[in-house]
Amino acid sequence: MNDLVYARRKKVNALMFALTAVCATLASGTLLAILGYIAWKGGSSLSWSFLVNLPKPVGEHGGGIANAIVGSAKVVGLAGVLGIPVGVSAGVYLAEYGRGKYAFSVRYAADIMNGVPSIVVGLFAYALIVHPMKKFSALSGSVALAFIMVPIVLRNTEEFLRLVPGTIREAALALGVPRWKVTLFVILPTAGRGIMTGALLALARVAGETAPLIFTAFGNRFADNGWLNPIATLPHTIYTYAISPYEDWHNQAWAAALILMAFVLVVNVTARLWLRPRLT
Amino acid sequence: MVTAVFDRARRVPGSRERAGDLLFRLTISGVAGIILLAAGALAWQLARESASTWKSFGLAFLWTSTWDPVSDVFGVLPFLYGTAVSSLLALLIAVPLGVGAAIFLTELAPKRLADILMFAIELLAAVPSVILGLMGIFILVPGMRALGAPYGVGMLTAGLILAFMVLPYITTITREVLLTVPRPLKEAMYALGGTRWEVVRGVSLPYARSGIVGAVFLSLGRALGETMAVTMVIGNTPKISASLLAPGYSMAAVIANELAEAASDAHLSALVAIGLTLMVVTIVVNGAARLMLYRLGSRK
Repeated sequence: MNDLVYARRKKVNALMFALTAVCATLASGTLLAILGYIAWKGGSSLSWSFLVNLPKPVGEHGGGIANAIVGSAKVVGLAGVLGIPVGVSAGVYLAEYGRGKYAFSVRYAADIMNGVPSIVVGLFAYALIVHPMKKFSALSGSVALAFIMVPIVLRNTEEFLRLVPGTIREAALALGVPRWKVTLFVILPTAGRGIMTGALLALARVAGETAPLIFTAFGNRFADNGWLNPIATLPHTIYTYAISPYEDWHNQAWAAALILMAFVLVVNVTARLWLRPRLT
Repeated sequence: MVTAVFDRARRVPGSRERAGDLLFRLTISGVAGIILLAAGALAWQLARESASTWKSFGLAFLWTSTWDPVSDVFGVLPFLYGTAVSSLLALLIAVPLGVGAAIFLTELAPKRLADILMFAIELLAAVPSVILGLMGIFILVPGMRALGAPYGVGMLTAGLILAFMVLPYITTITREVLLTVPRPLKEAMYALGGTRWEVVRGVSLPYARSGIVGAVFLSLGRALGETMAVTMVIGNTPKISASLLAPGYSMAAVIANELAEAASDAHLSALVAIGLTLMVVTIVVNGAARLMLYRLGSRK
């Protein structure tokens, strides 16, 4: 009798762990499946001319996505220029001076911003810039993406600053270095690698954002035409091509997805490798 | 503890804050204020742009189901329903999968393997949603059709895609919480003759419960607001149907589809009102998630 119970318990044990192994395989296999499929589908329609040419007029075969690549770089770049300094400064403020009501409300606001769906951020940029100017623009897209970046960069900066040992601060202060110099020239460089990696990851994250760009940067089939005009971006091009009825555009969507995915992947893997010696 | 160093330095009797320090502090606290301003501006802009909708429909906007931009009659119920159902479906699929994977990664897998698998799962979170949507359109939708779904697109397809989007969050957080389970607790159960699984069920999971619930709420927050992947596979039909295989619509999707072409001010205002509703819902859900995870943090 006892043996029977024991055998049953062992069986349950084996069964449940087999199930969890299946779960783990599924969860991690998904990434491989996605990467493999994109590489296969995208690779077959990727070519040099696809990267350096503008889209052909609707209905004509071929053409490239040069404008979307340039557009993404511009929109994401400006978002970084707007968002990273704000995120890093606010992160420094919270880590080094972060007490009291004001700091609490800043942290709270950042938490809320972090949870706001990206489409709502797009609505905000629309109401703030597109609606008053009566025009879709690259600038409004950048503002939306910057808004998404700020809380990510902030959280990351604060976390890495908190890892800096207090003894380093004390040593610098004991030498009579003013507090602002300690922060800028001792503490920030110590955490610099982590902060920069975080900023890079935030850039990669917003480079894949589509929702906030649909009605801000809007998309454009022609070469980039300045900050105050609609601009094509990679994720948005993938979206419009994917839902279009043309076979040729579908193939181009896969090729564009391959480029976007490669960028995101390279940044993420580099960030991870770069940070590893730091963390262990 | 970190701030304490500076705080003590400042509290030295008779010492005053140096001019440079004061300037620095004011500058970065000023920059931090941009965040307050931005968050405030977000709420204010959405409220202002949607004011006319709330004025003409009142709260009935939330539970009427006619969406007719041509005659300017707007009710958000079908979208609310689609968002809720697709997100819940996603959780239904992702929670067992994620918790199972986390158990495997903490209890069974050798550290090397666990690290590699974890890396793959975390990278899944970095895949842009438009790419998941692309996979959805060209693989999942034909796949569902092959399995007998009448349209391929629909609630269940959206739920599936969303499940893969939130799976990394659930797995990562659950694993982190499982790693904090004190060894003595587990060893006590082993000493009583428990099998590995019984230890997981009897000790680890109950201990990790509030963390897992937090992860679920966090994932719910993500799923509710997710736009692209859902827009591409949910079918974009503002109807409430009992079948999970029928096409539906979500709040984020209708904003994505209609805003750029909104014909009238009333239509625009109604879309912003949807955005405001979505934002309030996600803030509440995220708040609940933080509460659960915070409770966990304070226990340590």
